[in-house]
Amino acid sequence: MSEDYVLEMIDITKEFPGVKALDGVQLKVKRGTVHALMGENGAGKSTLMKILIGIYTPDRGKIILDGEELKVSTIKHALDRGISMIHQELSPVPNMTVAENIFLGREPSYPFAGWVKMKELVKKTRQLFERLEIDIDPNAKMADLSIANMQMVEIAKAISYHSKLIIMDEPTSAITEKEVHHLFRIIRSLKKEGVSIIYITHKMDELEQITDEVTVLRDGKYIGTKPSHQMTRDELIQMMVGRELNQIFHKPKVPIGEVALSVQGLTKKGKFHDVSFEVRKGEIVGFAGLMGSGRTEVLESVFGVTKPDAGDIYVHGKKATIRSTRDAIRYGMGLLTEDRKLTGLFLPLSVEDNMITVTVNQYTKAGFLQQRKIREDCQRLAEQLSIKTPSLQQLIKYLSGGNQQKALIARWLLHNPDILFLDEPTRGIDVGAKAEIYHLIFELAKNGKAIIVVSSEMPEILGLSDRVIVMHEGRKMGELTREEATQERIMQLATGQLIETKR
Amino acid sequence: MESQVSVTNKREKAGVSSTATSKDKLYRFFDRYGMLMILIGLVILMSILSPTFFTTGNLLNIVRQMSVVGIVAIGVTIVIITTGIDLSSGSVIALVSVVAASFAHPDTYPVIVPILIGLGLGLLTGVINGTIISKANIAPFIVTLGMMTAARGAALLFSDGRPIGNLSPSFLWIGQGDVLGIPVPILIFALVGVISYILLNKTKFGKYVYAIGGNEQAAVIAGVNVDKYKIFVYGYAGLLSGLAGVILTSRISSGQPTAGMMYELDAIAAAVIGGTSLAGGIGTIGGTIVGALIIGVMNNGLDLLNVSPYWQQILKGVIITVAVFIDSRKNRKS
Repeated sequence: MSEDYVLEMIDITKEFPGVKALDGVQLKVKRGTVHALMGENGAGKSTLMKILIGIYTPDRGKIILDGEELKVSTIKHALDRGISMIHQELSPVPNMTVAENIFLGREPSYPFAGWVKMKELVKKTRQLFERLEIDIDPNAKMADLSIANMQMVEIAKAISYHSKLIIMDEPTSAITEKEVHHLFRIIRSLKKEGVSIIYITHKMDELEQITDEVTVLRDGKYIGTKPSHQMTRDELIQMMVGRELNQIFHKPKVPIGEVALSVQGLTKKGKFHDVSFEVRKGEIVGFAGLMGSGRTEVLESVFGVTKPDAGDIYVHGKKATIRSTRDAIRYGMGLLTEDRKLTGLFLPLSVEDNMITVTVNQYTKAGFLQQRKIREDCQRLAEQLSIKTPSLQQLIKYLSGGNQQKALIARWLLHNPDILFLDEPTRGIDVGAKAEIYHLIFELAKNGKAIIVVSSEMPEILGLSDRVIVMHEGRKMGELTREEATQERIMQLATGQLIETKR
Repeated sequence: MESQVSVTNKREKAGVSSTATSKDKLYRFFDRYGMLMILIGLVILMSILSPTFFTTGNLLNIVRQMSVVGIVAIGVTIVIITTGIDLSSGSVIALVSVVAASFAHPDTYPVIVPILIGLGLGLLTGVINGTIISKANIAPFIVTLGMMTAARGAALLFSDGRPIGNLSPSFLWIGQGDVLGIPVPILIFALVGVISYILLNKTKFGKYVYAIGGNEQAAVIAGVNVDKYKIFVYGYAGLLSGLAGVILTSRISSGQPTAGMMYELDAIAAAVIGGTSLAGGIGTIGGTIVGALIIGVMNNGLDLLNVSPYWQQILKGVIITVAVFIDSRKNRKS
């Protein structure tokens, strides 16, 4: 063997009902390196990693770890062989402490009856946190932690297994800049210890900063592997998407009409305070801010999910009383929520049934559903949004993230709302699907919809918005026009360093 | 089966094949008809083992016996699809039984009176369940456990713990009569099956039921009136329990405060054997009817083979557990 590979996955093939998720894919990770795994959603990254840690068994192919063939059938088995994973979706036990969460399933205990040595548990956690320079109380309840801190605990947990290979699935999607730097420090010191890392990301700049090599997958196929510093942005996008993508944001000029939605002095104690804004027909308003700045909460209040303590809402100039989501929908609003799985999808149901939830009423005639009409309309939208699915009867859980998101957008488009709230519309979605969704948002604005986009991705905010509203700790810090908005100004407002008095 | 629509991307990037492989087809076939196969297998097995099993009389007898639990199971299935549970069915049957019986003596009220009172009482208990569950936001398990205890108590209180006999012939026809040789309970069971199938598959009520079970929070965001539909769902389950109570009372010719004991568990078992997922969002009326028939065939067949009732219970327990096991494997595979 010429190269020192810690892991070789060769000719991996995996088929699901109706979908070939992986087709002869390979992945070779050199010892002590950070290997980026990139590809659009649905490219097969997650499936490949789930095979590696024993959640799925491949139909074909070989996995070689440290020169030995690896056959794992459970996550525990994978951990024993030195492979651990930081999952993108956090799965903490909220009512247990940080220390208990980290050592879940391998608590230091007396041999007799599995009595847990609590002191040692906390001590070990403290040592681990000291080594990683993490400042979290091991005795704190997991539920009381911020999302970013939960993510850091998850990272610490993966490291605590002393694995030789750690899989990080979009570890920075929920943490702030500061923690990202912290994580990168940890990764660099792990590398020095000879640990190898598979790093799944959608962020191009992370590629240059932290990774050594990159492997690209597309549609379940292996596209190629290259040293990261030789990979240009354009080349990477082309490898991932299979076509050139010169202009992701090609914002067309759209005439801005009258005010569609006006919110005045909206307040919910402990969440947000005195928030006022308006959005006009044909206008796209971006809501920027750090995680937890109250953007989502404001939208949820306007949409009737939660009840605000004070404030008025005007739709098309008339005062609106919104007590439930049904009221908001009746006023012509739509809300694409930030967490697809948690508050958007009906996972056990078909694509079609996921699409029609909002509009079922309109398809009812004499008490019966007009199934033909439903099918036609869903079919039309599925084609319009190019939703990739073998059939509308396919269960939505088998679709990739990007296609799931499109189906959820389709759910609202069937309703044809005048005012559309899009909360993190491209979270966890690949470049190709992102571009399609941006294009769609521009189309909707062109058709006179008033659109609010909440996003944590700066290029998205800058590229989409006619106007940017920046929030910080539940307050509106300022409002910038498209011309005024720059990454720096937004960050200054979002971190509370600057307050614009202008409304 | 309806024709499969194919929505593949116009761009040639799809790695998705729209034609299912034969392995998939086999898998889907079992996914869909596995329990029906088992039912048919059981019927064949019992027919070989016992000469009296496969006779028209005995087969009608099986369905007639299962129709009461089957009707309850259909209501419970819809409840379980919304991730709920209804433990009160058996006790509601008892309460309906004694109250309806007391209005069914000969030469008192027309037969429609005890029937409507029975159905109304069942509906009322269900609406109470649903209202507390949705408005006070208390776990269905607890609320219906409370109703189970209270309704049984009310039945005993109302009847003073004694059976209520002397029922009019027209009332007795419901449980004992037949139309063209088919027992009335079977006809009612079939009718309930058809109506429930239509409700669940052809109306918005059905779409909302599956949506609430699939993801309640998402259903709220999509503007579904979750509270209202939960009350509907528990109300419907209660109504069917009331109907089951009327049929049972008529069949056993008396109102019994101890009637319907453990029926809720048989009903849940039928739903689960029929593929209804306790995690919500998954379940069909057809599956539940098959589940109920499997239990019926087992009970009857094992009786004919002179297997001790104690063994029968053990076997039933094993089958329920195996059914859930198969179900969980199925869900894990996806």
